[in-house]
Amino acid sequence: MSDTLHEFTTTIPEWRPRVKPIDLATASQAQLDALKVTPSNTKVSDYVLVLANDVETLAARTPLFNAIMYNRGGMGRAERELGAIGASVINRCVYCAAVHASRFNQLTKSEDVTQRVFDDGEAAQLEPRQAAIFRFAARLSKTPSEADEKDMLALREAGLKDDEILDLILSAALFGWANRLMHTLGDPVAKEPGA
Amino acid sequence: MDAVMNEEDLVARQAGIAPVGPVRAALEGRADILEMTRKAAEASLRPAEPGGLSHAERAAIAVRIARLNGDDTLAAHYAALMEQAGVSGSAAILADPGLDGAGDARLTALTGYVDLVSVTPKDTVAGDIEALKAAGIGDADIVRLAELTAFLAYQVRVIAGLKLMQATA
Repeated sequence: MSDTLHEFTTTIPEWRPRVKPIDLATASQAQLDALKVTPSNTKVSDYVLVLANDVETLAARTPLFNAIMYNRGGMGRAERELGAIGASVINRCVYCAAVHASRFNQLTKSEDVTQRVFDDGEAAQLEPRQAAIFRFAARLSKTPSEADEKDMLALREAGLKDDEILDLILSAALFGWANRLMHTLGDPVAKEPGA
Repeated sequence: MDAVMNEEDLVARQAGIAPVGPVRAALEGRADILEMTRKAAEASLRPAEPGGLSHAERAAIAVRIARLNGDDTLAAHYAALMEQAGVSGSAAILADPGLDGAGDARLTALTGYVDLVSVTPKDTVAGDIEALKAAGIGDADIVRLAELTAFLAYQVRVIAGLKLMQATA
């Protein structure tokens, strides 16, 4: 069995659950509905099968997650991913950071920003707009939140409009949620060779 | 629906967003997300099938997490929900961040998880889930607890961010 990964990576790991995923063969109709299982779509990740243990919350969370990360207008997709990365770095969710750094890299066609963030964390040197976004997301992710008016003014000075700032708050906060599930209910492990 | 939870506008009201202005306009542009956030709160705090975590205990855990985040206004909101659900002895312990379970194995495991995952989630390890299992908390209830704890981390940060938006609008 592979060992748990502790260092950030943009290679998406496997996720090994610490609690039992539901068994599709005995799943309730509500669980199948929330999982969107159909005869032509029976592939569901262990992560989602674990979350299906609480089907009411899963059913509410999936559309909310998609709306915050992908709805039209407001902040661009790559910058929402940077908000997600800010939270994931503070919460040290290696799996979430890998997935969203990899998406950020695809969207921006560059690996420079995520490399700096993984190497230097909150001290990462980024261009001003990205720096303001990353810093706000990281500081909002502390408990209690350390984001202050100066951080918010830095977003405004970097040119972010109200609709973009709202989307950043939502994406960073959403990963306060996602990180706490992914990072506590399972472990990121290196993919087995040939798996 | 009732007075405590029937608030499409909970996060905006908690954050003190002005009824008219740029922050309100931005929120109206994401009305779908606010509505989905309300539904997620309902699913986390008052699910039809609460499993091994009663509605009162869920509201109590929400009070605890709001307090851990220094948000007394949100804590008061959930204290009202806890009263409405009927306060039990276990709920009173769960709501108080100064108490760690009062010698009860289940409450000790619950508060241990909630405090660690709310404040320093980066420090969680496999043993934290094993501690819940050892206290007799089943897999489905562990997921319910994790979702509740994680949802509140989201909600409290949306409110914190909106307050800063309003303060600088």
